[in-house]
Amino acid sequence: MNDQSYNFAYLDEQTKRMIRRAILKGIAVPGYQVPFASREMPMPYGWGTGGVQVTAACLTPEDRLKVIDQGADDTTNAVSIRKFFQRTAGVAVTEKTTEATLIQTRHRIPETPLTEGQILVYQVPIPEPLRFLEPRETETRKMHELEEYGLMHVKLYEDIARHGQIATSYAYPVKVEGRYVMDPSPIPKFDNPKLTANPAIQLFGAGREQRIYALPPYTEVVSLDFDDHPFQASKAAHDCDLCGARDSYLDEVITDDAGGRMFVCSDTDFCASRRAAGHKGRLWAPEPEGVE
Amino acid sequence: MTLMEKMVATDQPLLKVEGLTKRYGPRIGCLDVSFDLYPGEVLGIVGESGSGKSTLLSCLAGHQRADLGRIAYDGRDLLAMSETERRRLGRTDWAYVHQNPRDGLRMGVSAGGNVGERLMAVGARHYGEIRGKAADWLGRVEIAGDRIDDRPSAFSGGMQQRLQIARNLVTSPRLVFMDEPTGGLDVSVQARLLDLLRGLVRDMGLSVIIVTHDLAVVRLLAHRLMVMKDGRVVEQGLTDQVLDDPQHAYTQLLVSSVLQV
Amino acid sequence: MIRIESLSKSFTLHNQGSTVIPVMAGAALTVNPGECIGLTGQSGAGKSTLMRMVWGNYLAAEGSILVGETDVATAAPRQIIALRRDTLGYVSQFLRVVPRVPTLDVVAEPLLALGTPAPQARDRAADLLQRLNIPERLWSLSPTTFSGGEQQRVNIARGFAHAYPALLLDEPTASLDAANREVVLTLIEEAKARGAAILGIFHDEGARGRVCDRLVDVTGFTPKAAA
Repeated sequence: MNDQSYNFAYLDEQTKRMIRRAILKGIAVPGYQVPFASREMPMPYGWGTGGVQVTAACLTPEDRLKVIDQGADDTTNAVSIRKFFQRTAGVAVTEKTTEATLIQTRHRIPETPLTEGQILVYQVPIPEPLRFLEPRETETRKMHELEEYGLMHVKLYEDIARHGQIATSYAYPVKVEGRYVMDPSPIPKFDNPKLTANPAIQLFGAGREQRIYALPPYTEVVSLDFDDHPFQASKAAHDCDLCGARDSYLDEVITDDAGGRMFVCSDTDFCASRRAAGHKGRLWAPEPEGVE
Repeated sequence: MTLMEKMVATDQPLLKVEGLTKRYGPRIGCLDVSFDLYPGEVLGIVGESGSGKSTLLSCLAGHQRADLGRIAYDGRDLLAMSETERRRLGRTDWAYVHQNPRDGLRMGVSAGGNVGERLMAVGARHYGEIRGKAADWLGRVEIAGDRIDDRPSAFSGGMQQRLQIARNLVTSPRLVFMDEPTGGLDVSVQARLLDLLRGLVRDMGLSVIIVTHDLAVVRLLAHRLMVMKDGRVVEQGLTDQVLDDPQHAYTQLLVSSVLQV
Repeated sequence: MIRIESLSKSFTLHNQGSTVIPVMAGAALTVNPGECIGLTGQSGAGKSTLMRMVWGNYLAAEGSILVGETDVATAAPRQIIALRRDTLGYVSQFLRVVPRVPTLDVVAEPLLALGTPAPQARDRAADLLQRLNIPERLWSLSPTTFSGGEQQRVNIARGFAHAYPALLLDEPTASLDAANREVVLTLIEEAKARGAAILGIFHDEGARGRVCDRLVDVTGFTPKAAA
């Protein structure tokens, strides 16, 4: 079977229309979870089927696609999904955030600020922020409908009671345009401030749970907190050991079996661009000969 | 305003029920029930299983929709209210104490979180204040303060019931529905709970509708009594009058069937 | 203050062949402020029944019972509750209390229900308990474990905690020794002096003679028994 037998971006046109309708609804009501007829994709649930379907519905042949997983372009999932779209859509791909027109991401927002005209597609495991406190779908729907969000603050209360501070460090709940409470997908809370007033279109796809939601450009997104325990976008108190960046989210890498570790930017493109521009971190070393 | 002043000053009933009827197909749940409830009054509804008292309570509390009749709360037509409004009422002005405390609590949330939830649901956003109020209420229902972070699953039945009461009363509701609140509790625990409820009713000027099959509970707690049989109200009046001078055949039977200890 | 006119009552026992037992007919009496009227008559003649009807505990078949401005025979339950709270007091023969409440709070309850601040209410309660010779060490205990005489004295203390304009006393001196009987009679005299209208049942002739201004024999209200 050759690649010509796939429709553009794998999904048939009718499915793409259905997904686009869902996306438009989501854009019209920011933060509201729109049910959609999630299709069986050639990857299991839990591997980004929601994000893939949203991306497939949005792609045009002129697009330039970037795919990242935990900020990196070169991890297995990012590579697989990128290859998938290269085969089924034949679109150009890139690792540079500034050159991408559509970015599919798992669990991170790129450090480089996005611009108008870009689309960011998030992979979402559990779209319902209230799910862990209220298991009944009938109840959570009512709570969203009637704006009954007291329970969300109960969760944060429990955190403070148990840990002395709000311990939620990723998938930190937010309120969108003062109306819907939303789960921004398991991005670190460090990334939450990037959600608000973002010039790009942000789309969220949950394949197994069959929900799509969206943030149109320049939407107001506020992280939930208490007056006396305000939200803090925290990260490890280090600079990147490779490029010296102060304000990017870091991965901690264990380097030997004697407890040695280093901190590097989670966003690989961001780090590489900085190094190319001459920034050097504590552990920076020139690339060995023969490597591109 | 003292309780007495409250009771006398208002000519407007807090709850006005007219001709409330609920059927389950050909069976009668409750038929043509009418009564008024004034601020600060405790109304007991007694009857045996199948009398319709639980149906009546759930219709009044908005858990079920009656087929006929009118309910006016504070002058507002309940049945014409939107669901949003009714749910908001349920979080602020009203409270519902379930027979089984597990139905009225979040078992996976700490005691403090359970009590604080209603406050957070109406917009409280200061952790310290919420915790302070929760601690205060745990004290009022005689739960030790150091248990504020424990889950209700670690509490005894009596403690769970008291926690449920605290959770319901923290927003100072005006009308409380209680469904057999002492059912399933040990006798000594019941006594404690009844004493607590009496005090709270008096101090907070609560109106309460309490459904029970236990006549001793209504004698201690209720000002007025309604006796139900087969979905109908067969007698109503002052609690002590209905129990000491019952007029209806069924009431007389009920009263004389109580074991004297 | 208390005016009874044409009062009648019967009991219908539905579960015993619907037997109708008429117990009172044409009862009438008046109690003026500052007066104490004693009800007399044999046991079973209807003294307690009449008293319970004034209290609102028994329903009247016909007639009127005016306490102040309220006709107990036709008043709505909440009116009777309000009446019992500030106008009409009742000392029954039996002490009925919620199991756990300390004696001091039992006695203070009528004042607390009226909105009196707790310290003040308790002071008054303490005062009465002292006069009635209930030892202070018992004040924090529930009266359910007390002797009959002690319970009766707690009952009386509760009845006199608030200065009711109208008072119903059912055997207030029964099971009391001479000293305590004296205290109770003094309390009654004090109540009369401040203008209370009192209706009482006293089996003790001495007590009756001391505090009652008039006696009313309820035998006169008993309907002639059916053949």
